[in-house]
Amino acid sequence: MSTPRYPIEIALRLRPPAPAKIGGRVIHVDGRAVLVRDVSGSVWVDVADEVSPVLGAWVTVEGTFDGTRITQASCRLLNPPRVPFPKPSGEWLFFQTEGRLERLKKRAVMRRAVREHFDRRAFLEVETPSMVPSPGLDLHLDAFPIAGAEPARWLITSPEYQMKRILAGGAPRIYQMCRCFRRGELGERHEPEFTMVEWYRAFSGADEVMRDTEQLVAHVAQSVLDGSTVIPARGTPVDVAPPWDRLTVAEAFTRYAGLDVDAVLASGEETFFRILIDQIEPQLGRFRPVFVTDWPASMASLARLDPRNPKVAQRFEAYVDGMELCNGFAELVDPVEQRDRLERDQQARHTAGLPVYPIDEAFLGALEEGLPPSGGNALGFDRLVMLVLGAPRIEDVVAIPSRRLD
Amino acid sequence: MADTTDIKKGFKMLLDGQPYSVVDHQFVKPGKGQAFVRTRLKNMITGNTLERTFKSGEKVDKAECEEVEMQYLYPEGEDYVFMDTQTYEQMRISAEDLGDNKFYLLDNMNVYVMLFQGRPIGITPPTFVNLQVVEVEPGFKGDTSGNTTKPAKLSSGLVVNVPLFVEEGEMLKIDTRTGEYVERVKG
Repeated sequence: MSTPRYPIEIALRLRPPAPAKIGGRVIHVDGRAVLVRDVSGSVWVDVADEVSPVLGAWVTVEGTFDGTRITQASCRLLNPPRVPFPKPSGEWLFFQTEGRLERLKKRAVMRRAVREHFDRRAFLEVETPSMVPSPGLDLHLDAFPIAGAEPARWLITSPEYQMKRILAGGAPRIYQMCRCFRRGELGERHEPEFTMVEWYRAFSGADEVMRDTEQLVAHVAQSVLDGSTVIPARGTPVDVAPPWDRLTVAEAFTRYAGLDVDAVLASGEETFFRILIDQIEPQLGRFRPVFVTDWPASMASLARLDPRNPKVAQRFEAYVDGMELCNGFAELVDPVEQRDRLERDQQARHTAGLPVYPIDEAFLGALEEGLPPSGGNALGFDRLVMLVLGAPRIEDVVAIPSRRLD
Repeated sequence: MADTTDIKKGFKMLLDGQPYSVVDHQFVKPGKGQAFVRTRLKNMITGNTLERTFKSGEKVDKAECEEVEMQYLYPEGEDYVFMDTQTYEQMRISAEDLGDNKFYLLDNMNVYVMLFQGRPIGITPPTFVNLQVVEVEPGFKGDTSGNTTKPAKLSSGLVVNVPLFVEEGEMLKIDTRTGEYVERVKG
């Protein structure tokens, strides 16, 4: 047998001679030796009694710890499994292999880092409803209707409307980490249910929110990378230390596709997006993250148009190693223009044969009461975890991916 | 007629009159823009791959292929010889066309051969086959790494990850769809 190994925390906790108790899943029984997998790693334990637990059962090993090993130990079976172990599709192999459990632990640390970042800057953490009267009218977002809801409700695609109502109510800095739900989105970078970090900052524009973003991402990376800001990303390491690069959409089209963005837009949005995803996105944010700013006015969504150049919206997206991480705005606060855009969005959804959701009157009411000039950002937390841990697929960083639900 | 929601690994579609099989596909959705499905397609005749991006929801033509039950007879050079169980006609399929499925061929095994316009382009073996372990690290020796699996080489040359208790000479049930270990069987 190889040298006994104990998790450091057990060695520290127990001063010799002391009673010891270790619980874990038995991976192997070899004569009188039992390999116990404790929460903090693998442990070899000498067992005095002749025991032969079922392979894969949960056991507890009790005995005296003499500083190097547990002696006079007995091994007690806790709950023998009813299925052959290890079952290839079972939970044990799913969580124990390919570092999944380790990634989940780091994800939890990163969640705490997000809260630290905002708490230090005096942002108020809020929780807004998941079931809402309008899930947003963006042409390219589909929502899940809630069966049986009276009046009609949908799951949020983002908490934007409700968070802006709180802004109007007088909280100048708010954030939340919540689940958002988008129908029909499933792939390497998409789960129909995902975690969004969303925040708003009154009396600020896009620049301040971009600075928040840089600092947030650097802090989250450092929380799990021993203080380093160099993340493995999608294969090419990226240093996320602030400040990040800036690039307008027009510059990106010229630099990476050799095309004039106005000419591209003239041939339709489909052409715009095809060039964006095939030629431009893969080049964005290599080695250093980049903010892509000044999106065409037709894609303004809930962002305000640039007063100096109304052809573009004050909207930005951060890209890291070819992956879009967030989408931020200098917020549109004009209730008249906002209603006009929502009505046009409804018309566009109707024309495209998509479900037409209601206009959220409570949201528009908040804009009529008056929103302070504000900036906001929505950042995909699962994608941030992917980039910081170098995980290629979103399902690598969520506890139970949607395809494993059934 | 199919659309992009039918696209998954192995889906067969017709592009410019040629049958293509989906090797890889990715759901892509930029910003608040429309969704696309980016695919890597393998021409089932030439073996060449190409990339094609479809608009989400776009219609695609399914490649109609015919499956015929045949019996595997023997290898011959780089090829493998099969016989149609109805007509007794023999047919050769190259190792390249078989891909990983060549690891699952047992003498006299019945398989489904995929034909596109009369030409064999691939096979579907039984879902599970039993293969013997010919090479594997013994028992648990030296396992302090916390690994719960180890690689094992099987009689057909296939290498699979198996639990630590698997030993040389044992028969294993393998899932031919995934190439993964299922369980030990009495050989």
